[in-house]
Amino acid sequence: MTDMHHGNVAVIGAAETTGLGVLPELSMIQLHADAARNALADAGLTVADIDGIATGGPMPMEVSHYLGITPAWVDSTMVGGCSFMLHVRHAAAAIASGAATTVLITHGESGRSRVGMSRYAVRAPDTVSGQFEVPYGAMMPFATFTVPALRFLHERGMSRTDLAEVVVAQREWAAGNPRAFRRKPVTVDEVLNDSPPVAYPFTRDMCCVVTDGGGALVLTSAERAADLPGGSRAVYLLGSGEAAGSPVMSQMAEVDSFAGFRSSSAAAFRSAGLTPDDIDHLMCYDAFAHVPLFMLEDMGFVGRGESGAFIASGATRPGGSLPMNTNGGGLAYTHTGMYSMFAMQEAIRQLRGEAAVQVPGIRTSFVQGVGMYFAASASLIFASERP
Amino acid sequence: MPTPDTLPFWEAARDERLAIQQCRSCSRYYFYPRDHCPHCSSGDVAWRDVSGSGRLISYVINYRPLPPADPEQPQVIALVQLDEGPRMLTNIVGSPADPDFLPLDAPVTVGFEPRGDWKLPVFRLAGEQ
Repeated sequence: MTDMHHGNVAVIGAAETTGLGVLPELSMIQLHADAARNALADAGLTVADIDGIATGGPMPMEVSHYLGITPAWVDSTMVGGCSFMLHVRHAAAAIASGAATTVLITHGESGRSRVGMSRYAVRAPDTVSGQFEVPYGAMMPFATFTVPALRFLHERGMSRTDLAEVVVAQREWAAGNPRAFRRKPVTVDEVLNDSPPVAYPFTRDMCCVVTDGGGALVLTSAERAADLPGGSRAVYLLGSGEAAGSPVMSQMAEVDSFAGFRSSSAAAFRSAGLTPDDIDHLMCYDAFAHVPLFMLEDMGFVGRGESGAFIASGATRPGGSLPMNTNGGGLAYTHTGMYSMFAMQEAIRQLRGEAAVQVPGIRTSFVQGVGMYFAASASLIFASERP
Repeated sequence: MPTPDTLPFWEAARDERLAIQQCRSCSRYYFYPRDHCPHCSSGDVAWRDVSGSGRLISYVINYRPLPPADPEQPQVIALVQLDEGPRMLTNIVGSPADPDFLPLDAPVTVGFEPRGDWKLPVFRLAGEQ
């Protein structure tokens, strides 16, 4: 048994679906399969090499059998959008302990076209959420995940301008990314005043895009990775954390900070033996513009109340000190419904030096995820080299 | 759709009473309904009619409500904190769906709206009809 962190487990294959955005010709399971086959090809492996499967959405055997895999290790952890990050963490533990050798993690979602998705409805009327949130209209993410934002801004003397700055910064990255769904640069004034209001204080530009697509990862031990065709492009897991909180928004321990972000990011830093100063690149799961603001503060990259000024300073933009959401993020690149797979893919591309808008010299990347609004959190630290 | 653990909440609401649970061991109130206290795990808990007074913590004004809500009427989806401590998600009714009329920390009071065979607790700014 080895330690699951400190670079002992490697991402040996990583890919997104061939297409991304509007894909009505593909069902949810086809998106899983396309991403999986692309990731296996990226790794130089075949389905015969895979002995572990993890996915969220469909049951794992729906994906493994569809692909022709007979797994001996299965993980169906489902906590919403960051599920695939928990799969990485669980796969690392399995590989380190010998429970699995080579694990395939898949995501596919026909989030825009809704092809092959009908069985995956949540928030049934007899759940806690179905009884105490849905009757108030808190169904769609834009009218639910967004509810704590005003309090966050109010407590800090911040404003809607701080939400708009997040959008502006990320569009700068998206402008250079041909796969990004929204590529047009925008100004704060345009985000506030020209973009249609969706759910005050949010305009449409402050809400994620809605797309079809998927992605997949192949993980194995760093020792085995060194002997594989893609070994020179392997990316290593240095540290990780996960957390779960309340399934309903009203029961967050605090409204303007998420305990899950604090604890899982602290666990990731602790297990990696790193601090925020050691991080070259950051992916903050941005379903809505307030989420990166919460994350930057809860993770300790900035102090309380400093997130807005940090973004506005240009620190997260091209050329800034902490490049963040460099694919354009969920706000501009893509968002199928469960975005974390794409955040990890961008971190891996940056560490491999293969991103559409590549930042020079990225050696460490922190990916911070969120699930089921402020209900679950996952934190992963990847590196380009094994320490 | 009530479940056995939540039925007393919905039966009280149908009588236009706001009832939540209080732990007899640690004295704290909690929400959503459960047969044990989430603070201290005691199973010695009781239903209490509460004041229905609280304050407005946060909200969005949803311009795209889904049925059964009227899609033409912006909907205020809010967090309120009851004077007894617990927070609830709710709607603010009786005020314009306009941030100028919805200051954070404003006092709110409970009201009830019919929903089929049941009634739904909602809140309005204190002093509004």
